Amino acid sequence: MAPRTPGADLPDHPDRLWRAADPERSYDVVIVGGGGHGLATAYYLAVNHGITDIAVLERGWLAGGNMARNTTIIRSNYLWDESAGLYEHALKLWEGLEEELDYPLLFSQRGVLNLAHSLQEVRDGVRRVGANRLNGIDAEWLDAEQAAEACPILNTSPDLRYPVLGGTWQPRAGIAKHDHVAWGLARALDLLGVDLVQGCEVTGFERAGDRVVGVQTTRGPIRAGRVALAAAGHTSVLADTLGLRLPLQSHPLQALVSELLEPVHPTVVMSNAVHVYVSQAHKGELVLGAGIDSYNSYGRRGAFPTIERELAAAVELFPVFARAHAVRTWAGVVDVTPDASAIMGRTPFEGLYINCGWGTGGFKATPGVGWCYAHTIAKDEPHPLTEPFGLERFTTGALIDEHGAAGVAH
Amino acid sequence: MMLIPCPWCGPRNEVEFHYGGQADVACPRDPDAVSDAEWARFLFFRANPMGAFTERWMHRAGCRRWFTVRRDTVTHEIRPVGAEQERAVTV
Repeated sequence: MAPRTPGADLPDHPDRLWRAADPERSYDVVIVGGGGHGLATAYYLAVNHGITDIAVLERGWLAGGNMARNTTIIRSNYLWDESAGLYEHALKLWEGLEEELDYPLLFSQRGVLNLAHSLQEVRDGVRRVGANRLNGIDAEWLDAEQAAEACPILNTSPDLRYPVLGGTWQPRAGIAKHDHVAWGLARALDLLGVDLVQGCEVTGFERAGDRVVGVQTTRGPIRAGRVALAAAGHTSVLADTLGLRLPLQSHPLQALVSELLEPVHPTVVMSNAVHVYVSQAHKGELVLGAGIDSYNSYGRRGAFPTIERELAAAVELFPVFARAHAVRTWAGVVDVTPDASAIMGRTPFEGLYINCGWGTGGFKATPGVGWCYAHTIAKDEPHPLTEPFGLERFTTGALIDEHGAAGVAH
Repeated sequence: MMLIPCPWCGPRNEVEFHYGGQADVACPRDPDAVSDAEWARFLFFRANPMGAFTERWMHRAGCRRWFTVRRDTVTHEIRPVGAEQERAVTV
């Protein structure tokens, strides 16, 4: 028998989860940015508000920006009432999302441990646990011994340069598979008739006076009843075309993974003081993140010393990691605000809405953002949970300072 | 990784520097005379361009002096600004 051509017996391409749409000339709602937030917003516009004449415009490929680059941590243990309300709403939605989308998201509530290494961090952590409980969020204070029980590979020896003095513990927190979240949402949106347009970069806006009535794109102009930004690190570039200055600074945020390893790390551990956060993906990679690189950049790359510091901290906290290898590092462009909280709501332009400033922590909020942002767009008024996150707060002074709970130094 | 040209010490590794953000941000001369919006603008709003950006750096592990460069926020290429502006003290 003649030898078969290599590859001849491969199966056909599997069915696609969504069709690659070409842009129509006009939509009720145009969402700029096909990441997690853009997709979730389109989903809840359709499901909660019956709006399906929507295009999600993505300049690259679907969910290829920060949705592909985050470290997939989900938690709601933020300090202030405003944040607690929004993140806990998101966490409750996460708890039902696999069933709702009928798609496996590998959502795993394996708990998050936020470590304290100084007396001040202990005080802040205990205070945050109290604040969380008053807001109905599961939270406990663990001493060093209990922390070691939650995560046996954690080094709680007093000999560390910055010993573990304890930590906050949120059992319902965890991780989900970021790609699956995007694919599950995209599949649902396709079934709902929403157009997901990839390779379509928004370059400016169509205006009628102070009203935004459409967008200019690399695939031609598109009219829109309402335009909603969900463009993360590139929001300022879009807003600049309208002369709209936002309190955002775009920075590189780096992350990395190890090779595939046997399960060794049962939970998620974060440390603000020595600056590393780490979990182990279902497939087996250790997933590690660090702080932002200090300077403004849209370059999607950071400096090696940031990774070096992060790995030094990781190896000190988890001596077993010394035998692992960093096989891949990358960076995303994150839009950081002065108070480490997001900006959501209306803008000075009628018909234009913003959702930005999620900085280093937007993934966990994905369904909550979608829910509230869809409400804001559909009703032209802020959702009660996101009303405190409006742009006005930088003028009124009602900031929502989450530098302590944000987990990543800005 | 960037090699940043300190006007006093020469080109040095970026880890020696502290970042100061946008250059030439002037503090209102009389804070009591400005509106809340103007004060917010001074406190919280900075340019965030994709491309050329005039910004401040401090040579923390060297001469500890501040200076100004013009850097591309996509390529990270640094171009010196005029000597006067480079060494100017931001008010």
